[in-house]
Order: sequence, then structure tokens, then C-alpha cells
Amino acid sequence: MKKIKMSIAAMLLLTVSFAYAQEKDKMDHSNMKMDHSKMMDTKTDAKAEVILNDYFNLKDALVADDTKKAAQLGTTLVASLKAFDSSHYTKEQQSELADIIEDATEHAEHIAESAIDHQREHFKTLSKDITDMVAITGTKNTLYQQFCPMYDGGTAWLSTKEEVRNPYYGSQMLKCGKVQREIN
Amino acid sequence: MKVLKIIAWIALIAFVVIQFFPMDYNQSETLPQTDFMLVNKVPATVEKSLQVSCYDCHSNYTKYPWYNKVQPVAWFLEDHIKEGKAELNFNEWDTYSDRRKNSKLRSIIKQIENGQMPLDSYTLIHRDAILSKEEKEAVLNYMKTLKDDLE
Repeated sequence: MKKIKMSIAAMLLLTVSFAYAQEKDKMDHSNMKMDHSKMMDTKTDAKAEVILNDYFNLKDALVADDTKKAAQLGTTLVASLKAFDSSHYTKEQQSELADIIEDATEHAEHIAESAIDHQREHFKTLSKDITDMVAITGTKNTLYQQFCPMYDGGTAWLSTKEEVRNPYYGSQMLKCGKVQREIN
Repeated sequence: MKVLKIIAWIALIAFVVIQFFPMDYNQSETLPQTDFMLVNKVPATVEKSLQVSCYDCHSNYTKYPWYNKVQPVAWFLEDHIKEGKAELNFNEWDTYSDRRKNSKLRSIIKQIENGQMPLDSYTLIHRDAILSKEEKEAVLNYMKTLKDDLE
């Protein structure tokens, strides 16, 4: 009897470790390819526009309290951040951009695998990164930097529309905030 | 019953065999100049808290109790350490840019405030890694001053 008990214990451990190893494999294969080549504008940085576009979609998902969609868009954003090419910027801008992209990627990754509160926390810093990115890359659209004084001691984000839709509170406080400044 | 017994034996043998799989221990001999403690003036109490509660998974040196050297437990741990170090490695603190430091500090503060760190699965065994109310406050205050200095 003692032997059987021992063996069962061993078996359990083993099953767990195999299941674990398999899961690990799965994770490694989840590299997704994205096709963003449709957007082309000679004047602005097309790849930066893709990033912005993904960011705005993500913002809309958070406004709509849609965790699942926000998570998917987090993954999309990771891919477009990765595709960003800074080779035609100055050395100084390149290092700044590399820094921004690295930081933003980490936040996007977290958004891809978190619950909504945590997604919003990361969206705050992500917004700062994206704002700093736009300051360098520019954009063809008019953007509005909006600001909610209530969330985490005051928090900003970017939007393509002037009317305020709050991504940090969603339906809870949809219209909390004001336009802080216009970009372009 | 006979089948069960055979399966059990196979499992047992496999359990023994996996003990011989090589393990990469997270025990670097050198402390880089970029370490959090070396580049910041960390108060002794905070330093101790960080060493005990954070450094096992967030640095290049883990103190392994014996049971953490048994497979498959060691594999679980290895992955946690890998993930922990990817998120934040105190040994590499000064290699982070100000932007990244700011980001990290924000996450550190949030995670400790919310009780997400140190991980429950970690403190379950490492009882001494649980931060007391005072320790928590001291660590948080210190991290907040660091963050304010960056902004």
C-alpha cells in the first residue's frame, strides 16, 4: 500500500510537470504576423501611424470596458511596435525612440494578459510613451491630449476626437476629463 | 490494478530520472555595478526587505532551499525566476533608462500596494518574505521618493 501511495504521488507530480512543459511550448509558438502594409503616406511615418491606430483602437476598447478586446489589441500593438523602423531619424531621436518603444512594448504585453484594472494602469504609462513618440514622429491627423484629474492623481491620454470618452473609467465615468491640448 | 501498478512504476522511474536533468541555477558570483543597492542610497531596513522579499526572483542570485532543488519543483521555480528577471532585475537597475526606471518604479509601487508582490505562492513557503505593515510602508516610501526624484 505504501508503495502505491508513493507511486501515485510521483505520478501526480509528473503529470503536472508534463502539462506544464506543454503549456510552455504553446506559449513559444504564439508569434503572430501582422500585415499593416496598406497604410502608406510619404509625408508621415507610416509605421508610427500604425502604432497610433492600434493605440486608439485599444483606447476605444478600454472606453467600452472590453477587457478581451483590449487584450487582443495589446498583442496587435506589440507587433506594430516591433515593426517600427527608426533608421531615418537622427541618432539622438533613434535612442529616444528605442527607449520609448521598449517601454511601450512592455506595457502592451501586460495589457495583452491582464484584467481591466491592470490594463488601465499600464495604459497610463503607455499613453505617456505614445505621446512622446508622436512628439518625434509627428502624425498626419489632429490629436487631442485629454486629461482626467481623478484617475491616479491625474492622467492623460490621446484621442482622435475632441469629445471626451474616458478610457480609465469607461461606463463608470464616461465623460470625465477635458481636452488639455491639441496636437497638429 | 495491475495496469495501475505499471503506470505507477513508470511514473516513479520517470520521477527519479528527471532529477538528473541539468539545472541552471540562478546564482551569479558577481554583483554588477549597476545593482539597485549600489547606485542608490538605500536605507538598511529597506535593503534587507528587498533582499529577502524580492531578490530571489528579481536578481541574478537566488537562495535555494533544498526542496527547490527537487524536480519538478525546480522547474516551476526556474520559470518564475526567468519571468521575474525579465520584468525587473535589480542587478541591472542602472542599465534601465530614466523612462524605464520610472515605469518599473510605478509597477513596483502598485504591485506592493495591491499585495500582488511578493507572490502568494512564494510567501507560502518563504514566510520571512512577507512584508510587515512597517516594512511595506518603508519600502513604498523609499520607492516613491526615488520616483519623485526622476520626474
